[in-house]
Amino acid sequence: MADHSISEHSKSLPLKLYFGVWATLLILTYVTYRVAYVELGPFNSVVALVIAAIKATLVALFFMHVWRAGEKFIKAVVLASLFFLLLLLGLTMADYMTRPWS
Amino acid sequence: MAETVMGLHQEELQHPELLHHFAEPEQQRNAASLGMWVFLGTEIMFFGGMFCAYLLYRHWYFGDFGAASNSIDATLGAVNTAVLICSSLTVVLAVWSAQTARRALLLAMLSATMLFGLAFLGIKGYEYYQKFEEHHVPGPSFSFENVRIPRHPGEYANPRHAQIYFSLYFLMTGIHALHMVVGLGIFSWLLLMAWKGRFTPTYHTPVEIGGLYWHFVDIIWIFLFPLLYLIDRHP
Repeated sequence: MADHSISEHSKSLPLKLYFGVWATLLILTYVTYRVAYVELGPFNSVVALVIAAIKATLVALFFMHVWRAGEKFIKAVVLASLFFLLLLLGLTMADYMTRPWS
Repeated sequence: MAETVMGLHQEELQHPELLHHFAEPEQQRNAASLGMWVFLGTEIMFFGGMFCAYLLYRHWYFGDFGAASNSIDATLGAVNTAVLICSSLTVVLAVWSAQTARRALLLAMLSATMLFGLAFLGIKGYEYYQKFEEHHVPGPSFSFENVRIPRHPGEYANPRHAQIYFSLYFLMTGIHALHMVVGLGIFSWLLLMAWKGRFTPTYHTPVEIGGLYWHFVDIIWIFLFPLLYLIDRHP
């Protein structure tokens, strides 16, 4: 890996980025809180979940350093976890939502 | 021969924390991170089961879930989200302090993280107190009579269905709070080790890994907040 040598001292991203991510997360929290009171019909849930997914991605990429994880296994573990989570949620809902009695 | 022995000796002096079964500190750090990520993977599936139950019942009893969700103070939930986001910032600053050998800042950031964590639990406790007062805790004294369903004039929530919402609410926020308590324990230990000066720019893996756990608990809350607090809200 190219960053082996520098990772000894500066595995962290610059502080400016940390504060930027923090500010973005706070703004998104405020937005999701306010948008919940706006009439959007079924899209209220969609907007809320999209914002939550963006926030979670920001935390994982920049605070948890997935973005710069030297070890590729870490990215694999993250993606595999998400895949199995989607399998769990997706197949369960696909089953229940297509049953005539539900 | 003597040089090799000297070389090994030097290596050990440079990295006293390097365990003998790792070739270099980098490898040891990566192994530790990977271990924590695998654990977080199991945590994703653990919480995933609860999210799955939530999605299903919300799909079936959307109106009742909306009515029940509206009885919870969304402002407290939003404030708690902000508190946790601030604690995540202090965690990355703690990791950065350890990496750049700023001991005083490291101690301050670890303490700040714990204070934010305690603030979160305090607000959560107040919220639970409100729910107990209103008899919204599932059980024999549960009561959710004559609560209107949002956007459906003249329709009232089915208390049995609302009770499922509150069961999921207490289960999910309760287990999340339990994770916060565990996180506070981890951070107390990190604070003690930092106080003893155990962390250096070359060795601060516990701070990084403890931080990963803390951020993960933050991410769970990022999803719990809109799912539990913001269903079918109205001006």
